[in-house]
Amino acid sequence: MARMKFLCDSDRCIDCNACVTACKNEHEVPWGINRRRVVTINDGQPGERSISMACMHCTDAPCAAVCPVDCFYTTADAVVLHSKDLCIGCGYCFYACPFGAPQYPRVGNFGSRGKMDKCTYCSGGPEADLSEAEYVKYGANRLAEGKLPLCAEMCSTKALLAGDSDMIAQIYKERVIKRGYGSGAWGWKTAYRETVSI
Amino acid sequence: MLTKRRNGEVGRSKFSALTAGLVSEAVDRRTFLRRSGLAAGGLAAVGSLQLGAVKKASAAGTAVSGADVVIKKNICTHCSVGCTVTAEVVNGVWVGQEPSWESPINRGTHCAKGAAIRELVHSERRLKYPMKLVDGQWQRISWDTAINEIGDKISAIREKAGADSVYWLGSAKFTNEASYLFRKLGAFWGTNSVDHQARICHSTTVAGVANTWGYGAQTNSYNDIRNAKTMIIMGGNPARAHPVSLQHVLSGKELNRANMIVIEPRFTRTAAHATEFVRIRPGTDIPVIWGMLWHIFQNGWEDKEFIRKRVYGMDDVRKEVAKWTPDEVERVTGVPGDQLKRVAEMFAKDRPSTLIWCMGATQHTVGTANVRAFCIACLATGNVGAPGTGANIFRGHTNVQGATDLGLDVTTLPLYYGLVEGAWKHWARVWEVEYDWLQSRFDEVPAVAGRKPRSRKENMEAPGITSTRWFDAVNLPEDQVDQRAGIKAMMVFGHGGNTVTRIPEAVKGMSKLELLVVADPHPTTFAALNARRDNTYLLPICTSLEMDGSRTASNRSLQWGEQIVKPAFESKNDYEVMYLLAKKLGFADKMFKNIKVDNNVPSAEDLLREINRGGWSTGYCGQSPERLKAHMKNQSKFDLVTLRAPKDTPDVGGDYYGLPWPCWGKPQIRHPGTHILYNTNLHVKDGGSTFRARFGTERNGQTLLAEDSYSLGSELTDGYPEFTMGVLKKLGWDKDLTADELATITKIGGNNVDAVSWAIDLSGGIQRVCLDHGVIHYGNGKARANAWNLPDPIPVHREPIYTPRPELVAKYPTRPDERQFRLPNIGFSVQKSAVDRNIAKDFPIILTSGRLVEYEGGGEETRSNPWLAELQQDMFVEVNTADAGERGIKDGQWVWVLGPEDGAKVKVKALVTDRVGRGVAWMPFHFSGWYQGADMRSYYPPGTDPVVLGESVNTVTTYGFDPVTGMQEPKATLCQIRAA
Repeated sequence: MARMKFLCDSDRCIDCNACVTACKNEHEVPWGINRRRVVTINDGQPGERSISMACMHCTDAPCAAVCPVDCFYTTADAVVLHSKDLCIGCGYCFYACPFGAPQYPRVGNFGSRGKMDKCTYCSGGPEADLSEAEYVKYGANRLAEGKLPLCAEMCSTKALLAGDSDMIAQIYKERVIKRGYGSGAWGWKTAYRETVSI
Repeated sequence: MLTKRRNGEVGRSKFSALTAGLVSEAVDRRTFLRRSGLAAGGLAAVGSLQLGAVKKASAAGTAVSGADVVIKKNICTHCSVGCTVTAEVVNGVWVGQEPSWESPINRGTHCAKGAAIRELVHSERRLKYPMKLVDGQWQRISWDTAINEIGDKISAIREKAGADSVYWLGSAKFTNEASYLFRKLGAFWGTNSVDHQARICHSTTVAGVANTWGYGAQTNSYNDIRNAKTMIIMGGNPARAHPVSLQHVLSGKELNRANMIVIEPRFTRTAAHATEFVRIRPGTDIPVIWGMLWHIFQNGWEDKEFIRKRVYGMDDVRKEVAKWTPDEVERVTGVPGDQLKRVAEMFAKDRPSTLIWCMGATQHTVGTANVRAFCIACLATGNVGAPGTGANIFRGHTNVQGATDLGLDVTTLPLYYGLVEGAWKHWARVWEVEYDWLQSRFDEVPAVAGRKPRSRKENMEAPGITSTRWFDAVNLPEDQVDQRAGIKAMMVFGHGGNTVTRIPEAVKGMSKLELLVVADPHPTTFAALNARRDNTYLLPICTSLEMDGSRTASNRSLQWGEQIVKPAFESKNDYEVMYLLAKKLGFADKMFKNIKVDNNVPSAEDLLREINRGGWSTGYCGQSPERLKAHMKNQSKFDLVTLRAPKDTPDVGGDYYGLPWPCWGKPQIRHPGTHILYNTNLHVKDGGSTFRARFGTERNGQTLLAEDSYSLGSELTDGYPEFTMGVLKKLGWDKDLTADELATITKIGGNNVDAVSWAIDLSGGIQRVCLDHGVIHYGNGKARANAWNLPDPIPVHREPIYTPRPELVAKYPTRPDERQFRLPNIGFSVQKSAVDRNIAKDFPIILTSGRLVEYEGGGEETRSNPWLAELQQDMFVEVNTADAGERGIKDGQWVWVLGPEDGAKVKVKALVTDRVGRGVAWMPFHFSGWYQGADMRSYYPPGTDPVVLGESVNTVTTYGFDPVTGMQEPKATLCQIRAA
């Protein structure tokens, strides 16, 4: 069985935000919720790098470890999903997440948080695959359709890779060997406790 | 712990959920994937990935209730890369977007705009029905009322002030067919003042490049950059403006370990990926290029054989270059000599090398000269006409290349025929209208202010007024405007009002117009500036995603886009609106003589066929709608790098993707198109060619024809002039013409058959025969390093009108005042006054502008898209850390940016960054809806205001025009910045 991961090649990422709007488009994500975003470090300086970030679907996900209602679960494809029926919007997962992935809609006038929302790796939630209930709560389920997350599929420079861990690691490795440089599989150590060795 | 439920054997698409209860026709998953053509593409992208979910999905074979999904392909409208957009449509609603894996150009990918393009069509903020302004209030009207009132008003204005007093501003978002139709409408109306966005983006490229080697377009392609070993990106930030092109650029950089050099005033997102970044002062491109050539000539790195065989006038360049010693270059541009030497050596020696440029090069008073210098750098190093080389010019809109080609230009009829009598007669033959009738449509211009009068014929052959100066032609005293009267009415199709410099002047002009018509999916800045109270109409036009037609990408490939969904709300497509106008004006029967019109909507296919029948000069003759549609169906057959389909492929075998023009002869002879211009290593039937012999055969005793150079398999093994029937006869090749071809040529030639040239031969016979003999009908000439017909035949440095270095003006002044395009260009006086008044003291910071990735052009459309608007919510100015420190400006605070003309000022947020060098500020040009501190949101018709509004940079940009094309100067002016 595949182990799905994201890998952002920061030597390719140009901060074009296609991943961000592809996600909005695919899941009709409302204003104010960003399941994916692009972060730039050393902006305007030599050494500037941009990285596309979302839920990395960690091994032994810290969000799941802190959730008081145990709403997280990991699918057979190693995607970390959650149940909005169980979520109480407490925000613990936000503090636990090393990537700042969890998002909360503001539901009341006093800043009260709604159910947590995050990247689903385009694979929906606990409801039946491709059901209306699933779509309404979590957005599209591309994995069930035999497709990969749209953010990676539409990445302008093919910096953001999604797919089976071994396969995307292999693609990245070949790239680094061919071009002679690579700043590493960003976030992998934190998320997966491993890195791509070249 | 929950477990993911995987027992829902439902292999339904997401649309079954979306459309539950709406549809009855059953579609199972397999059928869906097969129909959509996505199964193979989607999986191919990741190899033979084994997924639990995928297995399950493909195993599910039973039919379940689902939506009938139709896949439609169109082209993204947001830049010139030409990304295919794959839309999933259910019951006439665009419900999803999928990666376009098969397109050799974008290979599934998009940028932020392309990935959000579905929202463009849905947008609730679109203009929904025709409206007019009555005493400052927007009122809904019907299409009938709108067309009738507009028609009556422009006819009355024409009666009173002449045809030239109505200005026709077209769009780079038009399809090729709509562009052509708009130019034809201008011709039938009787004016040459028909323009579009190319004026303000790459008009100088077109003029500079065409004057060098024949055609004004990108010589190679985005894909071909993969072959380059050195690439210089100068005056461009494709990571923002053309993100998908970076896929090819970065792949080339990685695969060839290529040098990627970015020459720019800003450390851009593109520069972040460069192997070398050269920071220059805005407006000093020519000294930088001459500085490079100084090292190249000094060290003998130039390609002497290439120059001998294929270039005219390089010795004249050497004389100018000799003045640009490393010291002088550093003094003027700020670039250290040793860095430039390193760059020059890479460009000359690590070949093939390509020079990529964009609006940082073109939008200057010296735009045409800049472009010419860039071309000369390519010529001197032999970097033209081969894979991995060339002038890779990145244009800005979907179809800005096509709209330029099809004549939305004040200097020419469609396809660069110009405005001479022969050009008008050619198109009159194609249109099957009387030349005399066309002539009768034009004004007679009286003699005014010491200028000569113009007869109707002379006026018909005189270039119109450029879009950069329409408001000058309203505001200036009538005796200064060289036509029957100034401009009284603007017909604006698909064109923002905030992309032209000097907005305070434009506002004055708007308020004086007798009629303003804006035909667009959005109201645009024209509506929001609150300059008018009456006689203003808004016509809702559908997006180009809602209409059929072809688009020409920057690399000259034509792609057929199909209507994804029917025009939303009450909007109509461009074709229909132009037809309705022509009908109202009384010449629809003449204008649509050979074009099928169905329920007021002209057929895009028939329009393209008419273009094919007349498009010989530029090779728009071979791309029939049938061939283009076959290309869209067979996208996956084309090679990623060569863009060619294998010869044995049905329908498209041997073709280059999109039949990049020139695609010679009639469609039946199946010319493959031209991937790389001027490539002598290929047979002309395989897309090979030579530099165009369009400037004569000899000058000052030197030949202008190529020497010892010719395309592969040519029967003429040296330079040769362009072909006419006379030349064909001399060679005895006229007997290869068929009887039909000969009859057509004879009919065109009348009593001078020998003078019929390859470009006006409607039979295509001359082209066909030439191709059979392995020669190119446009001749085999030399490229010109010296373009003697231009104001500066050899490019020379000229300081910007508003320069931060007034001490350099004496040595490098702008060109003298002169009349151009019916108006005075007083750049010299403005520069002199700025120096005399020491403007640089009060306005010490250089202001330059550019593009963001989220928005495009004037930005009305993209700022109305919440998926994009959320990412850029404020207009801002990039200020260098040191400049900000001196002024007590903190990152994120409000500041005033003050311009040196009209007391203009804009209120924007400060982005304090070292991305810009000290003394340089940068602003994006996509914002509008605020004007000099005031929020103008209430002036939009209710519900049509974009999500994000902001000040337009062009409120503070200033005077300055290129002498060849009237290009504006938004890339190098001055400003002052203060905390607000």
